[in-house]
Amino acid sequence: MADDLFNSFMNGPDEKGRFGNYGGRFVSETLMPLILELEAEYDRAKDDPAFWAEMNDLWANYVGRPSPLYHAERLTEHLGGAKIYLKRDELNHTGAHKINNVLGQILLARRMGKKRIIAETGAGQHGVATATVCAKFGLKCVVYMGAHDVRRQAPNVFRMRLLGAEVIPVTSGRGTLKDAMNDALRDWVTNVRDTFYCIGTVAGPHPYPAMVRDFQSIIGKEVRWQLAEQEGEGRLPDTVIAAIGGGSNAMGLFYPFLDDPSVGIIGVEAGGKGVDDKMEHCASLTGGRPGVLHGNRTYLLQDDDGQILEGFSISAGLDYPGIGPEHSWLHDTGRAEYVSITDKEALEAFQLSCSTEGIIPALEPSHALAHVMKIAPKLPPEHIIVMNMCGRGDKDVQTVARYLGFDMSDTEGRETD
Amino acid sequence: MTRIDAKFEALKAQGQKAFVAYVMAGDPDYETSLEIVKGLPCAGVDIIELGLPFTDPMADGPTIQLAGQRALDGGMTLQKTLNLATEFRKTDQDTPIVLMGYYNPIYSRGVDKFLIDAKAAGIDGLIIVDLPPEEDEELCLPAQAAGLNFIRLATPTTDDKRLPRVMQNTSGFVYYVSITGITGSAEAEAGDVGPEVARIKAAGNLPVVVGFGINSPEKAAAITRVADGAVVGSAIVSRIGRGDTPAEVLAFVKTLADGAHSN
Repeated sequence: MADDLFNSFMNGPDEKGRFGNYGGRFVSETLMPLILELEAEYDRAKDDPAFWAEMNDLWANYVGRPSPLYHAERLTEHLGGAKIYLKRDELNHTGAHKINNVLGQILLARRMGKKRIIAETGAGQHGVATATVCAKFGLKCVVYMGAHDVRRQAPNVFRMRLLGAEVIPVTSGRGTLKDAMNDALRDWVTNVRDTFYCIGTVAGPHPYPAMVRDFQSIIGKEVRWQLAEQEGEGRLPDTVIAAIGGGSNAMGLFYPFLDDPSVGIIGVEAGGKGVDDKMEHCASLTGGRPGVLHGNRTYLLQDDDGQILEGFSISAGLDYPGIGPEHSWLHDTGRAEYVSITDKEALEAFQLSCSTEGIIPALEPSHALAHVMKIAPKLPPEHIIVMNMCGRGDKDVQTVARYLGFDMSDTEGRETD
Repeated sequence: MTRIDAKFEALKAQGQKAFVAYVMAGDPDYETSLEIVKGLPCAGVDIIELGLPFTDPMADGPTIQLAGQRALDGGMTLQKTLNLATEFRKTDQDTPIVLMGYYNPIYSRGVDKFLIDAKAAGIDGLIIVDLPPEEDEELCLPAQAAGLNFIRLATPTTDDKRLPRVMQNTSGFVYYVSITGITGSAEAEAGDVGPEVARIKAAGNLPVVVGFGINSPEKAAAITRVADGAVVGSAIVSRIGRGDTPAEVLAFVKTLADGAHSN
């Protein structure tokens, strides 16, 4: 831990919701009173043992936490360097880390007496998690999803509908996560009195980035004690690594290690077709600059006029032109390193995970794994890498089949021409 | 005294209420848009709200979203929006222009540079939807220091406890958003609006104009019976969107202005 409180990386955000210059509350006046109310309620809940008792019970018995910390032996052997552990958040109920946060927000919504829940979703994992928890608590659930994502993530759309949610395809813009978030915000402004907006990542106006981080931090907290159990008391990872769209799974893994200087922290952005001036990527930190969107100041993909650009990634979950403000701050301060991985590299990692570990990963953590593949061979065997396997790949099988040239309608699984 | 303050004084002296018209700069293209804006004062518009196009207009309904897209597709930028204001000022020195939009294009240009350029272009006030009082240091305070009015939105969710915060650091007028919602959606009811306008006027000494959900001369008339002015946006923009000529658009604006001025 840090020697003195003022040098800690864990004190953010400040009372204005800022991490350094990032974050804040850039929302319309209609939403401001509710956002202040939410902040007050979250502050109360945070110090309420009853709130955490309920969270812990649900995490254990509904989600299946703790998720295993798994020594990936064959992957380690294959790469021939660092010792690789996977944090198995893909084994959670609903198949990703998203539900960690959704449970927290829905319990808050219940405390605030809100009966209608709205959410945005990209890959559909946050939408499925929200629809799931709403079903469990009997709440009305409306999910905004870009029309483009509705097409490429059809299984998750059906899942949400089975769970009783209304899925609204968003046609504005290019029909991806950014546009879904715009429409969710428009819904919220219209129905502000009875509606709770369950944001799926560490972005949006304060207090969302801090609140979602706190709920996801269960990931990193578990890694701390699990690694100590397996490697000996006090043993910390040498490197923690996670994929970043908005950055919630990464923040959840990173946060508990921010004040441990021996722990290297790496966030992996979606490099799409490559981070260059063609902007066919979603690497906000490597290819963007600071701006204001969706309630916070953070690194954004934008043109010279401050117009927001559409990102591009094979992974719907990373297809967002911004990033959580705390990541922007960790980037500027140098506490964390941010790199990008292309679609092609992620697809290679996807297949390696399948063939060496029998784990079909989501395309999002495949990006993190692709970076592990780059660095692990150069590191000594005593170097411990913990990578967040934040989602499972069932939802991506069709996309991957298409990229690899397999015809899913052909039961022989032959390659197409 | 800004052009906005002068305008409200003049209207008061004449016993009239303000009619405020919103159009998106560069919609459907720069030249047509300039022609419409130049015609607004003659059509009875007291204050022009000039929309600054943005890719992600989170408080706007489909009508104004599409207008912004048309403008951006036509190559509109913040600089060209300021150019449009500059051209307008060559023909009109009295009608206030309020720039309405979102923060990022301004932040991207740099606040200090923007304020100098906006002032030079003859912009009188700013309405920036995603800058609540909590973010006053960003643009509101620098804008006031630069001699521009920073016009605040008050909404049905702005309760008595919060109202003083909203009134602080605001100038020119207060824009009361008559509905919880986005532009061009539900219709404003004058009966609901009257007490709210009175509440806001009691909290400060500024004129209160009402916008969102006003789409006809009758509605405009009903609103100016209880407020200091009425704003019409989507109803005008939708006519531009469907391809009405500038003359047709301005004729419609005239009917709205007559409605707003009928009290």
